[in-house]
Parts: sequence; structure tokens; C-alpha cells
Amino acid sequence: MISMTVNGRRQEFSGDEAMPLLWYLRDELGLTGTKFGCGVSACGACTVHLDGKAVRACVTPVSAVEGRKVITIEGLSKDGSHPVQRAWRAHNVPQCGYCQTGQIMQAAALLEATPKPNDAEIDQAMAGNICRCGTYVRIRAAIRAAAVEA
Amino acid sequence: MNSQSTSMERREFVQLLGAGGLVLAVSLSGCRRLSDALRGAPKAATTSVTPAAYLRLDDTGTVTVICHRSEMGQGIRTSVAMIVADELDADWSQVKVEQALGDEKTYGSQNTDGSRSIRDFYGALREAGATGRALLEAAAAKQWSVPASEVEARQHVVTHRSSGRTLGYGELVATARELPMPGKAAIRLKRPEQFRYIGKDMPSVDMADMISGAALYGMDLRREGMLVAVIARPPVYGGAVKSVDSSAAEKVPGVERVVQLDSAPPPSAFMPLGGVAVLARSTWAALQGRQKLKIDWDHGPHATYDSAVFRTELERSVRRAGKVVRSQGNAARALASASKRLQADYYVPHLSHAQMEPLAALATFENGKCDIWAPTQHPQAARDTVALALKIPVENVRVSVTLLGGGFGRKSKPDFIVEAALLAREVGKPVKVVWTREDDIQHDYFHTVAAQHLEGGLDANGKVTSWLHRTAFPSIMATFVPGTVYAGDGEVGQGITDLPFAVPNLRCENGPAAALTRIGWYRSVINIPHAFAISSFADELAHAAGKDPKGFLLELIGPDRIIDMTKAGLVAKPSNYDRSFEDYPIDTGRYRKVLELVAEKSGWGKPLGSGRGRGIAVHRSFLSYVATVIEVEIKADGTVTIPRVDVAIDAGTVVNPERVRAQMEGATIMGIGNTLYGEITFKEGRPVQSNYTDYRVARIDAAPREFGVHILPSTEQPGGVGEPGVPPVAPALCNAIFSATRRRIRSLPVDKQLAGGIASAR
Ligand code: FES
Ligand code: FES
Repeated sequence: MISMTVNGRRQEFSGDEAMPLLWYLRDELGLTGTKFGCGVSACGACTVHLDGKAVRACVTPVSAVEGRKVITIEGLSKDGSHPVQRAWRAHNVPQCGYCQTGQIMQAAALLEATPKPNDAEIDQAMAGNICRCGTYVRIRAAIRAAAVEA
Repeated sequence: MNSQSTSMERREFVQLLGAGGLVLAVSLSGCRRLSDALRGAPKAATTSVTPAAYLRLDDTGTVTVICHRSEMGQGIRTSVAMIVADELDADWSQVKVEQALGDEKTYGSQNTDGSRSIRDFYGALREAGATGRALLEAAAAKQWSVPASEVEARQHVVTHRSSGRTLGYGELVATARELPMPGKAAIRLKRPEQFRYIGKDMPSVDMADMISGAALYGMDLRREGMLVAVIARPPVYGGAVKSVDSSAAEKVPGVERVVQLDSAPPPSAFMPLGGVAVLARSTWAALQGRQKLKIDWDHGPHATYDSAVFRTELERSVRRAGKVVRSQGNAARALASASKRLQADYYVPHLSHAQMEPLAALATFENGKCDIWAPTQHPQAARDTVALALKIPVENVRVSVTLLGGGFGRKSKPDFIVEAALLAREVGKPVKVVWTREDDIQHDYFHTVAAQHLEGGLDANGKVTSWLHRTAFPSIMATFVPGTVYAGDGEVGQGITDLPFAVPNLRCENGPAAALTRIGWYRSVINIPHAFAISSFADELAHAAGKDPKGFLLELIGPDRIIDMTKAGLVAKPSNYDRSFEDYPIDTGRYRKVLELVAEKSGWGKPLGSGRGRGIAVHRSFLSYVATVIEVEIKADGTVTIPRVDVAIDAGTVVNPERVRAQMEGATIMGIGNTLYGEITFKEGRPVQSNYTDYRVARIDAAPREFGVHILPSTEQPGGVGEPGVPPVAPALCNAIFSATRRRIRSLPVDKQLAGGIASAR
């Protein structure tokens, strides 16, 4: 039995502990805002916060989450009002949107750790998150704007 | 390129009455009401009608725009709503967007590819909105017993001018239902200066969902009692299962069934690849189960496909004379007598779409009816192919379209949807088929691989007097028609037969090339290699002539004129993205204007530091004109960074400039990824690459530091926007690399070709 909190709610899991957190969130908890993009930690679409740090849910087995706190995009803010979400809206960042929840979670974790990142730090922190639609120029701009606002 | 031919002759339309609402269907022949249809009035089926949008007004005042085109990041749900709402003069806050079911009889073509949503439906969508406005005005006039000429609909309210009385749109719905539909003569389209939304920057209607995780994609579908299917497909295109041992897979907790699927032999068109499906109660269990399958494959006829070998064959193909597709003057003679003669060979490898959302589709099958939910660009093809595969009437297949996590052409092919339908029927439960990233890259409809040979002759003044272009690549048609070795007219029409250059002696040829894998269309299609070769070779000639590449391009394009395609020496059938050259001519003045604009905005000609360079390219595709300037900086170790990109686009009338800019940014960045690292290679019949780890796409560090998009103001008919940004990228980037390093890249991707650093490159 694995227990954890997800978006502030206690959850218990008693299946295959090797199952990646990604599938637990999506298939069992119905939290489909966390996306499947590659399954091998190469795209960032599945990014969630584990005890406040950005991790890739696709390579994080449920067993590694015992006793820890998970925040998904659904738990980042109640109403899309997190500074990063607001900046995303102001810059019209999403195209297809599929990568964007992972991007937002990664950016939120970056600003938590480095409130005023420079361009190199932004690129470095975001390099693991692919956007196949190519929204990177706006991602950079939105992160800079969120940093100023926060 | 659209090989699934969409019948533009399908002119019938159906009218539906929404619950408590009024549904309008618009066609070029006007509107009809359901009440007419119920009375048995003859259907307005003529041959020249394009049925378009639905619009529902309900008595609460809500305007529901029913979007029949698929949303994959281009912002079409917003643009469609903008057009309809503008002509309806609706209050934007009361406009909702509903995604249409797959039903081309009702909506007209829903095939969301070829950058055609706006260019094909702009007029019909405007008519839909204007018809609604005229109807509301008629309803108000009736309610007040005044002439319709005395009332005016504006921002969700109809006003009687002299008395000042008003009625909201919602209040008029009951009366409107009783009225005959205004005919084409009774509707008034707005003049452009009256537009409220068209031409203005509007945010996406899906924004809130996309940033909160609520947006629903195919991968996110769930149903009570659903099984998740993961399929082991033949590793080589055209292969099939010889035998399978599924005993270990069946023992995985959660796995319910293992089902073998037939493999359609090549050319398999839209049919699935077959293989062995593992169906389980969770995605994880299905994935675990698939790993435990022991399959003996028959690899079929393409088991020796090897990219290195194939490249040699393609290059041989373009060194010989090919099938002539266009010829003017006498290129051979002019080349022989040129004072300077240049030749170059270009190579562009296979690419994979690798759209962010791997393929996924949900199907149920009950009582002979199949219900599908899928991220499809082409719901009608999904319906037709599912009906064919299940041998049921197409009316018994219903397709609901989710958001698409990227498409780029991959999701117009419904093979993955048919898999879900077959499995749902087999197991009698809802089935969601999930492709992993590896499945997605290994079993793509690959962007083709192309070799090209160009020769050019300059006279003593450095003017181009002759131009020879040979291209050879496996055609998309090979995926549909057995024995295809030559390109289709539409394919050579993407860059070759539509070449706008004022060169007196021109010869374009197509060499044979068989397809040894499944080829499909990928964002901007065969324009990618063609634009790469053409704009690179123009740059090579400019340098050979000692001229500035931008000025040289302008000279090549020649004076402002409409090119007369009937006198352009075409041997292939003229092809213009499904439009006539009368409607959408090749206008060299528009090429000139985008070139001049991009040159001005990018600071073309201003000196740059060492290790830096700019490159320029221009291309017309999907009826829009795009010129791109890329500035590169090459680090000592050969790494390419991009300080700045400028793109100028003339897409005719533009609906949402905000999304046009976004598409130019996205297309350019995708093009940068294609150029710098994009490559799928085959070995022993199968792709070597399988995930983002070895199939590299652009990441944030490859994105330009500064990006300027410059939209030419225009009142011309709308052109495409989703694709035309891609073709100029590869040549602009490689021309910039040349300018910085004197190293000419003729084979993509750039990848490690600069690894020795600039010093060695020089
Ligand atoms: S799905 Fe986890 S990093 Fe790609
Ligand atoms: S918005 Fe489509 S992948 Fe990022």
C-alpha cells in the first residue's frame, strides 16, 4: 500500500508499485491534465511537482511517491490564476496546448527556485520540455513576465 | 497535398433543429429550413455549392458556432467563431464554440489539412453569420410590424432606428423560427471597415482549458468499462504476424484479451498495419502485456530498405534525364553556352511528424453501430475507412472530434481509428487504442525522402539564362496506388511546375523512385525539399555571380506580373492547391513585396560580427507568399544558434493576425528542427529512430532569441497559414550558415556537418 497526497488530498494505492505515477494520475485518478508524450523522460509533457520539485511522472514509479506530496496542473491553482498561468494567457502561448500543462508546471517550479531567472537559466530549465508546435519564443516571454509579476 | 480526394461536388446539406434553437445551414445557393425539409420541399442540391458552417442561436441569447474543422493548434475554432460572430454582429462574450460531428454532407469538407480552413470557408462562414443577422432583423421587423429596412442588428441587439425600441437576439429566436430563411439576395455582407473581429487579434477560445489541464485530447478519453489497447505492429511496413505466443502477456494482471489483427498489404492506404493487440484494464497493464508477447514476424517485401543504399539510388535517378514536367526554351543549349555554369545536388531525408500527442482513439460498437471519439484531422475519412473495415454502412459510423495534440498531417490518416473500431467490435467493450511515442515514430506515414539535382547557367552579366531542376522522391500516391514511381501533379506543383522565375530556358524533370515504406504528407509536404533546393541554389548562383542574394532573388523573380500558366511550358497538369490559377494566380509582385518587407525588417545588408550570417529565402505555398530571413551565430565548436528571425507573409485577407504570427513562429521553429536535426533513417526495413531521444526536434535552445512576423496588409482572397511558414526555413538557415562560414550545406540535416567548427569549415 502506497499513500501520498495529490493536490492536497490523501490517496492510497495498492496495485503494481512499479507503475509510473503518470498512469496512476491519468488512469486511476482521472487527472488527465498530466500528459503522456514520450514515456522516457525526454519531453516534459508529464511534469508534476513532487514535494515542490518538477519531476517527470512517466519515469517516477508510484513506489517513489510514498508519503510525498504531488501537485498536478489541476492543483496548481483553483481557477487558472497562478502567475505562470496568467502570463501564459497574456502571451497567448498555447497552440495545440498538449505540451502546455507540462511547460507550466516546469516554469512554475523554475520560478519557485529561481524567482528572477535570466534567459540562459530559462532555456536551461525548460530544455527538457518539448513543444512540437514551437511556442518557445512565447514561453520565454511569459516566464519573464511571470517573474516580474511574482 | 491532399490525396484523399474530397468531393467538392458534394453539395447537399442537411438541416437540423437544435433543442430549442435554430440551426442554419448555409450554402452558396442559400439557406433552407428544416420546416421546408419536413414539408418535403426539394433539397437545394446544385453543383456549385459549398455547404459550410452551422450556427445556433438559442433563446438565452447564446450563439453557438459549430466548428467543422479540427483544432490542432492553428486556432481554427477561434477563427471560425470570429468570422461567423462578426457577420452576425454577435457579442463575443455570448459566443460558444461546439465541435461538429464528422458529417461532410452537412458541413462540407472537414479534411483539416492543406492549410485550407479559411481559404475554403471564409465566404461561406461569413454568409452563415450574415444570414443569421438578416434573419434576426426580419424577426424584429415582424415583431414590431415595421419594414426590415428600419431595423439594425448590432452587438446582440436589434434596434428600431426611429423609435429606439430594442430586442435582444435571444428574444427574437421564437419569431425567427417561423420565418423563411433569407435568401442570398437578402443578406448583406459587411464591408471590411465594418469588421468587428476579423483582422483583430483575438485570444483562443480554448485558452482557459489549455492552461488548466481541462482540455480534452484523444489520449484523455475514458469510458466506464473501457479497455486500453496497445498494439505490436509489424516492424517493417508490409510485414505481418507469422505466429504469436501470448501466454505470458495474458498472465499480466489487468490484461483481458490478446487479439491478432490482419495486416493490409501495401499499398495499405488508410488501413491499419495489423499486428497483435493487448487489451487491458489500464494503460500500464497493456504496455506490460505487450512487452511479454513473443511474435514471429514475416517482414514482407521491404525488409531490406536501407536509407544509405536508397540515397545512392535516388541520387542516380536525378543524374539521368527524367520525365519532363515543365520545359520552356532550351535549357540544355543555354547551359552549354552559358558563360558560367553551376550544378548542385541536394538531399532531404525522411521526417516523422512526432506531434506531441501520440495517436489515440476510442471506439464503441453496439448493434451494428460504431461510435468513435478521436483526435482526427479528417473525420470523414475516419468514417469511410471504419465503415469499409467493419463492412457496415457509413451512416452507422459516428465520429466525434476531440482536440488534437498536434497533427501536422499525421492525424488525417485514420489507421489508428480503424484499429480501435475493429477491437471494440471484437471485444464488445469500449476500447481506447493508445500509441506510444515509439509506435508513433516507427509506424508513421513518413515525410518522403528526396534527392534533387540543379544546374544553372549565368551570362556575362551574372543573369540566369538557364535553370534545370530534377527531383526524385517516393510519392505519397504510392501509399494509395500500387506501382507508383513518379510524383503526382500536385507534388511537382509544390515548387517545381509553379516556379516563378523569369528564366528564359527552364527545364523541370521528375525521376522515378519507388516507395519502400509508408509515405504521407507532413506540414508543407514536398515544398520542404523543393524550397530547400530552389532557394539554396538561387543563393549559390548569387554568390557565383558576385551579387547580393536578396537582389538576386528579386532579379530571378523578375518584373511584377501574373504568370500565365498556360504559356509556362507545363507538361504536368497545372496544380495550384485545388484552386484555379485564375482565382489564385502566381503574382510575382507579391513575392517582391514579402522579400522587400523581410529585408527591411531584418536589417538585411547591415554588417554582422564574425561567425554570424544572414540567409534569405522566399516561397509561395498553399496560396500564400512567405519570405524569411534567419540570422545565425556559429560557435567555435560548430553549434548553431539563432539570434533573430524575420518572416514576412502575404496570406491575403487575414482573420486572426495573432494566430498568423503564432503559426509563423511555430512553423519556423519546426523548420529549424527539421533542418538542424530532423532525420529518420531506415535499416533492415525499419526506422532506426524511435523516440525524442534519437529523433531530435527543436527544443527551446534552438528557438530564435528575437522573432519578428510581418503581415502584409491585403484584401486579396485568403491563402493558407498553417504550412507556408515551413518551406523557406531550411534554405534561409543554410544560406545563413554559408554566409557565416562559407560552408554550403546541401544535405539535411545540418546536424554534425559543422562539428569541426567554423575554422575547419572555411
Ligand atoms: S512523457 Fe514524461 S517526459 Fe515525456
Ligand atoms: S502547444 Fe502543441 S506541443 Fe506545445
